[in-house]
Amino acid sequence: MKIDAKDMQHRQLNMTIRDAVESGNTGLELDNVNGQRYIGGGMDGDVKITINGTPGNDLGSFMNGTEIIVNANAQDGIANTMNDGRIIIHGSVGDIIGYGMRGGKLYIKGNVGYRVGIHMKEYEDKVPVIIAGGTAGDFFGEYMAGGIMILLGLGSDNGVVGDYVGTGMHGGVIYIRGEVDPRDLGKEVAALEPGEDDMKLIVPLLKEYCGCFGFDFDEVMSRGFTKLVPLSHRPYGEMYVY
Amino acid sequence: MAVQLPAEFIVNVDNERCRKCKRCIVSCGFSALEFRNKVTPIHRRCVACQRCAAFCPEDAITITENQMAYKYNYSWTPEIRKNILKQAASGGVLLGGMGNPKPYPIYWDHMLIDACQVTNPSIDPLREPMELRTYLGAKPDTLEFSGEYGNVKLETELAPQLKLDIPVVFAAMSYGAISLNAHKALAMAAKRMGTMMNTGEGGLHESLVSYKDNIIVQVASGRFGVTGEYLNNSAAVEIKIGQGAKPGIGGHLPGVKVGGDVSKTRMIPAGTDALSPAPHHDIYSIEDLSQLIFALKEATGYSKPVSVKIAAVHNIAAIASGVVRAGADIVTIDGFRGGTGAAPVVIRDHVGIPVELALAAVDDRLRQEGIRNRASLLIGGSIRQSADVVKAIALGADAVIIGTAALIAMGCRLCQKCYTGNCSWGIATQRPELVNRLDPHAGADMLSFLLNGWSNEIKEVLGSLGINAVESLRGSRERLRGIGLDEQALKILGIKHAGIGQ
Repeated sequence: MKIDAKDMQHRQLNMTIRDAVESGNTGLELDNVNGQRYIGGGMDGDVKITINGTPGNDLGSFMNGTEIIVNANAQDGIANTMNDGRIIIHGSVGDIIGYGMRGGKLYIKGNVGYRVGIHMKEYEDKVPVIIAGGTAGDFFGEYMAGGIMILLGLGSDNGVVGDYVGTGMHGGVIYIRGEVDPRDLGKEVAALEPGEDDMKLIVPLLKEYCGCFGFDFDEVMSRGFTKLVPLSHRPYGEMYVY
Repeated sequence: MAVQLPAEFIVNVDNERCRKCKRCIVSCGFSALEFRNKVTPIHRRCVACQRCAAFCPEDAITITENQMAYKYNYSWTPEIRKNILKQAASGGVLLGGMGNPKPYPIYWDHMLIDACQVTNPSIDPLREPMELRTYLGAKPDTLEFSGEYGNVKLETELAPQLKLDIPVVFAAMSYGAISLNAHKALAMAAKRMGTMMNTGEGGLHESLVSYKDNIIVQVASGRFGVTGEYLNNSAAVEIKIGQGAKPGIGGHLPGVKVGGDVSKTRMIPAGTDALSPAPHHDIYSIEDLSQLIFALKEATGYSKPVSVKIAAVHNIAAIASGVVRAGADIVTIDGFRGGTGAAPVVIRDHVGIPVELALAAVDDRLRQEGIRNRASLLIGGSIRQSADVVKAIALGADAVIIGTAALIAMGCRLCQKCYTGNCSWGIATQRPELVNRLDPHAGADMLSFLLNGWSNEIKEVLGSLGINAVESLRGSRERLRGIGLDEQALKILGIKHAGIGQ
């Protein structure tokens, strides 16, 4: 089903989407999207939403199992507290994407902004994944508490990530393609060489990612990765006196 | 060389009366009593939570302050010297529990309530109906009707409202900071009394889902246990920006307290610190706050009021105005005497302002700007008794929140050691043997009795004021008078001094 989002306010657009899903539509295509917020907010179920145009902030916030494909750039706060589902962005995105994300996948073709994956968490089988093809801004993985983030920096030789990577990180794992300058790292993370288990973890994810955007998997794997893990699950455990 | 700090308290066991039943030893969550042929206190471990004394069948235990532990000095109090010694030994940040215990002015105790005499008769609440019901949520600017006499229809779409049978709501306290049994007791009492409990930022345990119509779910920066399902298992959603006990700083549940069920409810691995820093990382402006408010409204289909909880700080009136304009249906304001499971003492005791002044300033500001109807005001952070509730409503609150008072009702003796997780009363602990001490049904009874008592008292006061609904009291500051307050305080509170007539 096609929905023309032209001149629609977010509440009206999202209501139209919800109504369409409730009446049994499982495939929606939104045309002329231009900054409307909260698309897919709180949605669950086996639904696929294709967005033509640039959606506004908080795309897929609190989402629980829908698939969203954006054929353009997207803005801030994507996958805010998302619990399940998959979001694929054929472009670059803004800041604080994947805030508190606890499950599902967020695949971005291009660059990502600041504070990506902040407070991302995992619990048992809920392990969120963010993969970005381009570069990232400062505070990548800030306060990260779980999940997997992979940054590829395709087309960039160095400096693919900003400063303070993993500041306050106390769970999860980050893989950055190529080298990371130690001075860019937050003081709560350690840089390691990925082992066999790491490859077992990221290869299927990267194959899926490459499939989404038509990237050459072998080319992506032609450089090594740097693995970042937290030094402690309790970074501030020693700070207090009782 | 490590020097031990002097004991704060001395546990006196009357061995004449003691019949060596050892109940006190089992009672103590802090292992401050041992049995060595007789009950032997380890004074240094005692926190004066009184559990042993309360359960001694012979009344053989008394606890006293260890007065000479620090020689008297007006400036260098025992507390200050103890803190210096602790920090000199560890380099840590001093942590405290519960609310600010310092002797700052309590404005509730400097306000007096009016009563009717002769010319405007009072009402007898024993035989006249008294309405304590109140609704929280945005109220429309105008009401539009259609139709004719006998067939009138309301055309204005009303915003979702929270219905309260008593204008007292249980304050946000997370599962993790307090025990599951305490959470259950709060939920049961809220349902029984027609009010709300608030999950705090620790998620909603699955056993409480059936109480969802009486639950406000909280969303804080750490997003613990927040899912679409969680948001919808509620009567309202609250965004936590600040807390009276620790304005401007976040929450931090130590990993040692994140055990099996807490871990499951918060949806984080066991043993991980649950960090919930002060700023929401997507909120740096009123516009950003508005974005989260509407993200939550979208996720709940605009079916529930969204509250924003802020701590009472110097510029509270302007902040509250911004929060209302951002789209909050309820603004919850927590004063600097509000409680906490854990806060740095330097913040708890020195940051923020009394909620009485904050409430008066906010209500004034919202009225001046013509937006008071757009949001309800829930206030807390030192509501101790029904008189405080009445005064708060007369100052302009729609309803109040109680945290500390609710915990006291369930047994808390204000030892202020919540952060240790050793609460002998089964409230602020996750140790199973301690949690089991608090029977949720008994806790719910105690909470319900407390609210029932307050409810009858509020009705008495309303009757004496000659009004029959709590709605009629709201913002009626003419019915309050100040006592022992200076001009400035009277001006901020918007009340006259006692002795001045109309």
